Amino acid sequence: MPFIPHTEDDIRDMLAAIGVGDVESLFDEIPDGLRSGRLPPMLPALQEMQVTRLMHERATRDLVGPCFIGAGAYRHHVPAAVWQLATRGEFYSAYTPYQAEASQGTLQLIYEYQSMMCGLMAMDVSNASLYDGASGLGEAMLMAVRANQRVRSGRILVADSLHPVYRRVAETVVGNQGVILESLPLDAGSGVVDTAALGAIDDVVAVVIPQPNFFGRLEDVDRLVDWAHGGGALVIGVVNPLAMALLKPPGEWGEAGADIACGDGQPLGVPLSSGGPYYGFLCCRRSMVRRMPGRIVGRTVDLDGRTGYTLTLQAREQHIRRSRATSNICTNQGLVVTASTIHMALLGAEGLRRVAATCHARTRELTAALSTLPGVAPLHAGPCFHERALDLGQPAAPVLERLAARGILGGYALGQHDPALGDAILVCATECIEASDIAAYRDALAESLQEAA
Amino acid sequence: MRQDQLIFDEGRPGRRARGQAPSEPVDTGDLPAESLRTTPPILPEVSELQVVRHYTRLSQKNFSIDTQFYPLGSCTMKYNPRAGNALAMLPGFLDRHPWAATAQSQGYLACVHELQDMLRDVTGLAGVSLTPMAGAQGEFAGVAMIRAYHRARGDHGRTEILVPDAAHGTNPATAVMCGYKVRELPTDGEGDVDLQALREAVGPRTAGIMLTNPSTLGVFERRIRQMADIVHEAGGLLYYDGANLNAILGKSRPGDMGFDVIHINLHKTFSTPHGGGGPGAGAIGASERLLPYLPIPMAGRDENGYRWLTEVDCPHSIGRLSAFMGNAGVILRAYVYARMLGAEGMVRVAEFATLNANYLMTRLRAEGFQVWFPQRRASHEFIISLKREAKELNVTAMDVAKRLLDYGYHAPTAYFPLLVPECLLIEPTETETREELDGFIAALVAIRQEARRDPELVRSAPHDLPVRRLDEVRAARELDLCWTPD
Repeated sequence: MPFIPHTEDDIRDMLAAIGVGDVESLFDEIPDGLRSGRLPPMLPALQEMQVTRLMHERATRDLVGPCFIGAGAYRHHVPAAVWQLATRGEFYSAYTPYQAEASQGTLQLIYEYQSMMCGLMAMDVSNASLYDGASGLGEAMLMAVRANQRVRSGRILVADSLHPVYRRVAETVVGNQGVILESLPLDAGSGVVDTAALGAIDDVVAVVIPQPNFFGRLEDVDRLVDWAHGGGALVIGVVNPLAMALLKPPGEWGEAGADIACGDGQPLGVPLSSGGPYYGFLCCRRSMVRRMPGRIVGRTVDLDGRTGYTLTLQAREQHIRRSRATSNICTNQGLVVTASTIHMALLGAEGLRRVAATCHARTRELTAALSTLPGVAPLHAGPCFHERALDLGQPAAPVLERLAARGILGGYALGQHDPALGDAILVCATECIEASDIAAYRDALAESLQEAA
Repeated sequence: MRQDQLIFDEGRPGRRARGQAPSEPVDTGDLPAESLRTTPPILPEVSELQVVRHYTRLSQKNFSIDTQFYPLGSCTMKYNPRAGNALAMLPGFLDRHPWAATAQSQGYLACVHELQDMLRDVTGLAGVSLTPMAGAQGEFAGVAMIRAYHRARGDHGRTEILVPDAAHGTNPATAVMCGYKVRELPTDGEGDVDLQALREAVGPRTAGIMLTNPSTLGVFERRIRQMADIVHEAGGLLYYDGANLNAILGKSRPGDMGFDVIHINLHKTFSTPHGGGGPGAGAIGASERLLPYLPIPMAGRDENGYRWLTEVDCPHSIGRLSAFMGNAGVILRAYVYARMLGAEGMVRVAEFATLNANYLMTRLRAEGFQVWFPQRRASHEFIISLKREAKELNVTAMDVAKRLLDYGYHAPTAYFPLLVPECLLIEPTETETREELDGFIAALVAIRQEARRDPELVRSAPHDLPVRRLDEVRAARELDLCWTPD
């Protein structure tokens, strides 16, 4: 009973106060056949010291050398202050701020988060976050369906350059609601949406545009946004938020800007941590705020006229609106958003810009170094941000395995999504990668390629 | 009470935490000019100490489990063991890339696989997937699995999900997200679902029923086996909302009750932190017939060790719900908790959560508060109604909830379930001492005395918090959702 404080005296006195003889009597409303006698054998209970040893062993087993994998999750430096503050018990063990007076810390922080996200995205409104970037895209699509009332077709055009897993997740989220995802084709040579082939569109709810795209390539977002708006479609931008410290933000794309911006907040202070918890951010035009899913914090005043913060527009949400809510979503990713807000405050605009630019510089150095090896060449021509696809000239999966055996996580095998790209990998270098890591990768890759040849 | 500025207001142009970003100058390299940002984003310009002080001070304005008794009904605010946090944040776990190869993932996969098995055994289901990122996403997965099951059988006429009127709002919202119509079921006077109404509601249109047991009314659904038979005979399936699993963990298993699919809020029953509103984790368990539809990825094991099960292994899965593997770090925290409990510890959770709730209920009843179902046992939570106080003293349940904050107790859930007027839903959890419960009882008694003597004191509470009651109407009408420089 590691966390139960009751003494024998407590138990006896409390049972007497209730008027029953034993604890088992408290379960007498559960029919006999449903009261489990014994549970099947389970792993034995451990003391904290024992579980600590076990977890250290397991964590160490997964430790490897430098990581050149990106594909939606990126290893960045996270200042020590970020998680030390975020895991203070007052943030860590608080619930959703429904009792506003007792939650001003979390509420003000979320208001600050919303403001920072609006700044980064150049959008009017942000919610308090969704689960992750991929499921958040699904929510953004449903929001677009609600917001674009002129179009009833449910058709959403998704750039083929979007992260393929994002598309799959979005399909799971929207699949039962009459939303139809259609492809906006890619130009295979350049790795971006084929803008030359854009025809007129009609009866389309929204167009989904990634920036940078799955291959790290930059889309012609200005042209795509104007084209989509010209056809009466809304634009959903899916972006890397760190990149927006350097690149044109969704609110400034084309003549009118994107209507919805979403993506994964992981690059802003969240460790890789096997893929989560991360958070999905969601921003939109002010006119669409009542169509938004998830929690939103507003600034207001108290009885004495003092500034305070509270959850607002709750009539959109499931606990009020039930079956007519904008989503079934209940939680945001509060703790991760707490960390990310502190991270953004620490880095500021200039710090984030430097991190983004350094990642980009490291990736250029990496791809230049690897491309000197025989048979290795960039898959696409044209600029990329902090990630690039490389053709290895031989099946990539075994090469990655040989690299891993040498202690290097060499990249993401693109063949798992497109068999035609079986020789290609996606590589990424962040600011955490140093010149010696790049040299080690180059040497290891040279050996791994030769081993196969 | 001090008022804290926004972090933006504390900044000055050109100030920053210089130790935290690369010192090399920005070189945008080959990025074309038209793709670049022309004006920097509006973000704070502050020093590292300013950031640390600002957010430390903000944290101090929160109530939390670590600082206060937090008897929020239906939320299971129990102690979140620090070991879970420390061990989930070991460098080997934090630095593990989600796409790392299987050979570099054996430590993490072992934890996932073992937690899947433990949750399967303690709930009596056939298999578990840990990918859903919250209870509501677990619900979504479960109802999507029910839909996939009927569709695979060519049974296309099932368009309705039954939901008791006392259910959490997520249940009907989820059914709609999965493309179903919602049909509500009434509750009888003793807090059980009206069986006759259920018999009349089921039929060839019934895809399934979503149930919380014990229900949100804080009582065990005693005729659950009959309900399961009625729904199954009509061709529907049973969904178990695990929001209240803490009440019966190890004592009674949803799989034995006849449920086909369940979700477990790891942030409730398995003690991972609520984090000010997330991240949660909504593990999902399935009976044999729904196993093929579980969301991916899951951890599997073969002669070469652990590996991920994906689309290739699970072609009938409802698919992926997150880009990677759900809230992996939350899963590790739950794993540490489950390992520290073992089977015996899990049963104790239910026993002591129930003991605390029944003690609190009995004592409050003895103090003259109206317990809503006095003839019933409390589960891990129970309802009191302040209807009488509201009528006689013109002091509402919300007023009492706010006054409790002044006494240093987080308020119970107020005005839910919607069926009970002026209600407080109180869930003490197993990790609270008897002294804490006694203090809470004394506070409620004292507040009732205040309400008799000086009702305005209670009506205008809280008085001792960073802010008094907030103007929520103004917040919604004059939307101020984002700071902008003057």
